[in-house]
Amino acid sequence: MRIELERRARASTAFAAISPLLALVLTLFFGGLMFWLMGKDPVATLYTFFIEPLFDVWSLHELVIKAAPLILIAVGLAICFRSNNWNIGAEGQFTMGAITGSILPVLMPEWHSAALLPAMLIMGMLGGALYAGIPALLKTRFNTNEILTSLMLVYIAQLFLDWLVRGPWRDPQGYNFPKTISFAPEAILPELLDSGRAHWAAVFAIVAAIALWFMMRFMLKGFEVSVLGQAERAGRFAGFSSKKMVWFALMLSGALAGLAGISEVSGSIGHLQPSISPGYGFTAIIVAFLGRLNPIGIIASGLVLALTYLGGEAAQLSIGISDKISRVFQGLLLFFVLSCDTLILYRIRLVFSGSKTEAGA
Amino acid sequence: MFEAILLTVMTAATPLVIAAMGELVAERSGVLNLGVEGMMIMGAVCAFATAHMTGSPYLGILAGIGGGALFSLLFGFLTLTLVTNQVATGLALTILGLGVSGQLGESFVGLAGTKLQPIVVPVLSDIPFIGRVLFAQDLIFYLSIALIIGVNWFLFRSRTGLKMRAVGDNHGSAHALGINVVRTRYLAVLFGGACAGLAGAQLSLVYTPQWVENMSAGRGWIALALVVFASWRPWRILAGGYLFGAVTIGQLHAQAFGVGIPSQFLSALPYAATIVVLVIISHNRRTTLINTPASLGKPFVPDR
Repeated sequence: MRIELERRARASTAFAAISPLLALVLTLFFGGLMFWLMGKDPVATLYTFFIEPLFDVWSLHELVIKAAPLILIAVGLAICFRSNNWNIGAEGQFTMGAITGSILPVLMPEWHSAALLPAMLIMGMLGGALYAGIPALLKTRFNTNEILTSLMLVYIAQLFLDWLVRGPWRDPQGYNFPKTISFAPEAILPELLDSGRAHWAAVFAIVAAIALWFMMRFMLKGFEVSVLGQAERAGRFAGFSSKKMVWFALMLSGALAGLAGISEVSGSIGHLQPSISPGYGFTAIIVAFLGRLNPIGIIASGLVLALTYLGGEAAQLSIGISDKISRVFQGLLLFFVLSCDTLILYRIRLVFSGSKTEAGA
Repeated sequence: MFEAILLTVMTAATPLVIAAMGELVAERSGVLNLGVEGMMIMGAVCAFATAHMTGSPYLGILAGIGGGALFSLLFGFLTLTLVTNQVATGLALTILGLGVSGQLGESFVGLAGTKLQPIVVPVLSDIPFIGRVLFAQDLIFYLSIALIIGVNWFLFRSRTGLKMRAVGDNHGSAHALGINVVRTRYLAVLFGGACAGLAGAQLSLVYTPQWVENMSAGRGWIALALVVFASWRPWRILAGGYLFGAVTIGQLHAQAFGVGIPSQFLSALPYAATIVVLVIISHNRRTTLINTPASLGKPFVPDR
């Protein structure tokens, strides 16, 4: 038996709509199978993993807290990927944004002002954007592959943060724990509702998603992103500069990742510590693809991926499965999303005849 | 002293050389597999688990190779049969590999590993200095050298290797000449996976004989950078791999001696060195263009 692809005359709109859902269903099916092989009741485990967190005010807040950075980073990455720039170092830009955004509250704890928080957020965005500017510079100036450079910068940013919180920025009253001083109340991103911890990062995420959706749909810049991504030569003939696009895409996604970083530190953690992210920068890549690189779709997919984090924690507590299972789910999901997207452009055909006659075809 | 340092450099370089060698073959056939890190960590966990349960590091090596190869088939099925985007699929492979290996290795954390013992070649190992360095190593080191020689011969001296390069440079023409593009690429991807798995086995059986989550620590990505550094030529991988091995070990020694530089900065050196090396290699656009397999990363769907 062989699998053959047959190109569709035009992209299937039906499959474009249902392919993410199909991927979700397949992921759940294989996830259930996996739980069953581990000797757990698949239905009950999946229920604990994906449904139970939705019926609890506390975990709904946690869902929003985890979805916000994912969406913020993923909408930026979607612009990058659409313009054919493969920034996979968002985790590093997230970390850098958290560091630069924390300069004021850590080094000037005496400064109490209403301007403090906006200044922190702007500095976080700048930090992330400049850090993403490194692969942009290397790509435009030296023709260096941005995939590898942006990824290497993740490790460097994490080690830099580690040095800061264990060295110069360590809280002198922190009993030698590797953390900075706790931020002053003015430096904390306010909560949205009285009922729980969800904070303003969620609003930033929604605004960013809508703004970028508007840009992609109605502005020349969005058209430029798509044209340069799909046909660079055609873009050049239209007078678009692919070098400028590299800078734009990388710095935009870097700024959003940086904003996510400082929002997470200011809103959820309250100080800097060696580990500030459960891999948001990498998970956001999955979010971007599951959302079909469309900012509005990404809002939905960000919530789905946030649920895998929550479900992992819930499953660890109540069923005794390691929370590493979240990563497995996330990886599976990306695989199924990518495979299901094949159905948009191709019809899949199973061929049962002997392959002899077509071996050279 | 110098001999001891050289030996540790070789141990650090071997997994990079092996994984890069596998990726080089895959890329020569036109497939960019960014999942090296994922296949490597799968190899590491399979090798450790098997060696721990059977007590035989050699079965561990086989399991590592098998784990990496099986995992690469997943990548092959998606990118070659379903023609998905190679960059995204490679990332998915890495993410899934890190997750699955963490899950599989959960019960092995903190257990004592089974170290692969060196095979001392009689007579040759008595040669002063060179003997101990080159002929008293473990099996995986010998394999790494054999791989370089073998791959070099295969790519540039054998008919099949020539066909594979043709597939990587122009899959349309290769297809028209009757070469089975998809099958060639499947085999190349499988070879890449087996090599990455072997490299992972070296990590969990030789380099640090234990299982630690994420123990590949970016080595898969450094191996990818090595392929670019080597401009897709096997012997240059040896040079690049040992250069990186030297940087890794050098910074470890610097940390141990306490040179007054924070340890985090020293730990960042291999990653920073990767960026610097990539910049130096790729800034000459013309040589990059000549050396890069022309169909690298491009999807192929045969006309029917």
